[in-house]
Amino acid sequence: MDVLYFAWVRERIGIPRETVDTKATTVAELVEELKAREERYEAAFADLSALRVALDQDLSDFDASLDGVREVAFFPPMTGG
Amino acid sequence: MEIRVQEAPFDLGHEVETFTDRQVNMGAVVTFTGITRDLPGAGMDRMEMEHYPGMTERALTQIAEEALARWDLGDVLIIHRYGVLRPQDRIMMVATASRHRAHAFEAAEFLMDYLKSRAPFWKKEVTKDGADWVAAKDEDEKALDRW
Repeated sequence: MDVLYFAWVRERIGIPRETVDTKATTVAELVEELKAREERYEAAFADLSALRVALDQDLSDFDASLDGVREVAFFPPMTGG
Repeated sequence: MEIRVQEAPFDLGHEVETFTDRQVNMGAVVTFTGITRDLPGAGMDRMEMEHYPGMTERALTQIAEEALARWDLGDVLIIHRYGVLRPQDRIMMVATASRHRAHAFEAAEFLMDYLKSRAPFWKKEVTKDGADWVAAKDEDEKALDRW
């Protein structure tokens, strides 16, 4: 699945997007897998309350299932307008 | 309904005229414009507006559809820019048209409250001292409660 990062999440991880091969069934499990990879992921995902997640371009939450999901995006709270 | 996400500047006067001209039997048009502010002290060189192509258009369309369903509106326009913005640049605008001004005003406020914290944009302020991401405010999230 494609995993996208925006704003300071992108800066901490160092890339805007990547394709991830995962067995995670929920967003929370995917986050744990990513955190276990390298310190830069650990730094980006240290405080989940400061993060938002979108599944296939709809806002979702960390308990959500990844079943059938093609695109996951992580980013800080939005500041439009 | 018209949603535009663009890097290029827009002409506020032209947009308001065009939007108003195409309405039929609407008694009221309300517009809101967001402008890049300078920062006190440090002085802002620029603001960099990042967005999530695809989701941005989708989120703005959902917000506009919600407004059209909840108020007696004839039309909604949202223009939102991304990329590099300088102080005094117009960042975004919304316009609503209704037979009744109360509906046009309320719907415009609803659009602004929602697109501030539900449309995937992120602002970074760049001064001569460095760059900082703008943090979302608790009050922006609380503003959604009244709707």
